[in-house]
Amino acid sequence: MDLEVMKEYMPLYREAFFLTMKIGWIGILGAVIIGFAAAVVRLLKIPVLHRILGAYIELFRNTPLLVQLFFLYFGLPKLGLSISAPFCGALGLMLLGGAYMAETFRSGFEAIPVLQTETARALGMSKFQTTVHVLLPEALSVSMPGFTANMIFLLKETSVFSAISLMDLMFTAKDLIGLYFRTVECLTLLVVFYLFLLLPVSILGSIVERRVRYAEFGA
Amino acid sequence: MRNLGLDVLLKGTNMLRLLEGLWVSLRISLIAVAVSIVLGLIIGSIMTGKNVIIRAVTRLYLEIVRIMPQMVLLFIVFFGTTRVFGINLDATAASIIVFSFWGTAEMSDIVRGALISIPKHRYESAAALGLSKVQTYVHVIIPETLRRLIPLSINLVTRMIKTTSLVMMIGVVEVLKVGQQIIEANRKSSPNAAFGVYLVVFVLYYIACRPISFLAGRLERKWS
Repeated sequence: MDLEVMKEYMPLYREAFFLTMKIGWIGILGAVIIGFAAAVVRLLKIPVLHRILGAYIELFRNTPLLVQLFFLYFGLPKLGLSISAPFCGALGLMLLGGAYMAETFRSGFEAIPVLQTETARALGMSKFQTTVHVLLPEALSVSMPGFTANMIFLLKETSVFSAISLMDLMFTAKDLIGLYFRTVECLTLLVVFYLFLLLPVSILGSIVERRVRYAEFGA
Repeated sequence: MRNLGLDVLLKGTNMLRLLEGLWVSLRISLIAVAVSIVLGLIIGSIMTGKNVIIRAVTRLYLEIVRIMPQMVLLFIVFFGTTRVFGINLDATAASIIVFSFWGTAEMSDIVRGALISIPKHRYESAAALGLSKVQTYVHVIIPETLRRLIPLSINLVTRMIKTTSLVMMIGVVEVLKVGQQIIEANRKSSPNAAFGVYLVVFVLYYIACRPISFLAGRLERKWS
C-alpha cells in the first residue's frame, strides 16, 4: 500500500464523492416526496390514480435500478426524450425510492389501530386535527426503521451510476485501476469514501429510531 | 407508427439469447440463495447465543455488509483478489462468492430476528404442559420460527435476483449485456432497438420477481 499514491488520488475521489452525495440526496428527497404522496393517494383510494400508482409501485419494486437506468438513459432517447446523465441518475433513484418509501409509509399508517382515530374523534378533535396531531406522528414513528433502511439502500444503489457514465466513486475507482493498476490503493479509498457516505446515515438513523419510538407505548 | 425496435427481438434467436442471459443471472442468484440459507441458518442461530466474542464478530460482519454497496464488494473480490493473492477468479465465481457473502448476512439477520421474536412464555408453557426439550422445539418453536422465516427468505430471493443484475459491471454476460450486443449488432437495420430491448429486459425482470414477491406478501399476511 502506497500512501503517496493514495494522497494523489484523493482529489479525484473527493470530487466523485460530492457528486454521489449530491445526486444521492436529491434522489432521496424526491423519493420521500413521491413516496409520501403515493402512500396518501393509496390510503385515500382516489379512484384512477390509486390503480396507476399501485402499478408503478409494483413495477419499480420488482426491477433492479440498473435495468431502470438503462431503460431511462438508453431506451427513452429513441422516443425523443433525451435526458442528461446526472438528471437520469437522480430520476431513477427517485422513482425506485418513491416505490419503496410509499410501501413503508403505507404500512406505517396501516399499523395504527382504529381505536386511536376513534379516541381522538371522541375527544372532539376535528378530522384535520386527528390527522396532524395523532395519525401523522404515529405513522411516521412506526415507519422510521423502514425509512432509514430505505435511505441506506438508496445510497448504496448509487453505486450503479457508473453504468450511465456518471463519474461517481465506482467510476473513478474503475478508471484509476484501469489506468495505473494500483488496485489495492484504489479499492481502499473506495471503501473509505463509501464509509464516509454511509456510516453517518447508519449511526444517525439508529439514534433517531430510538428517539421517536413513542408510538409503541400503550399499544 | 414509429418503429419501437421490438422487431429486433423476433429476428433469429435474439429473444432466446435474451432469455438465456436472464438465466445466467438467475442461476447465480439461486446458487447464492441456497448457500445463504444454509449458512444463514447456522450463523443466525449462533448469533442468539451468549458468547460475547462471537456476537461481536457476527455483529461486525452484519454491519459491514449492511453499509458496503454490493458493487464495492464485487470489485474487491473480483479485482482485489487477483492483485493481492494472484488468483485468477472468473467473474461468475466472484459474483457467487460476493452474493453468498451478502445473502448469508441478510439471512442470518432474518433468522436471528425470528428466533428472538419468540416470547419466553412459549418455552415455559410447553415445559408446563410436560413437553420434553426436543418436543418443545419440534412442535412449538420451530413451526413458529418458520412462519416468520419463510416469507422473509422468499423476499430475499427477489432481492437477490435484483441485485445480481450488477454482475454485468464485472463482465458477466447476462441479460443486459446480451441486450447491448443485440442492439450493437442491429444498429444499422433498426436504430431504435435500444428502446425495445431495454423495455423487454425491464419487463423480464418484473415477470421474474413479481410472482415471488407476491407469494412472500401473501404468506406474510396469512401467517402474521
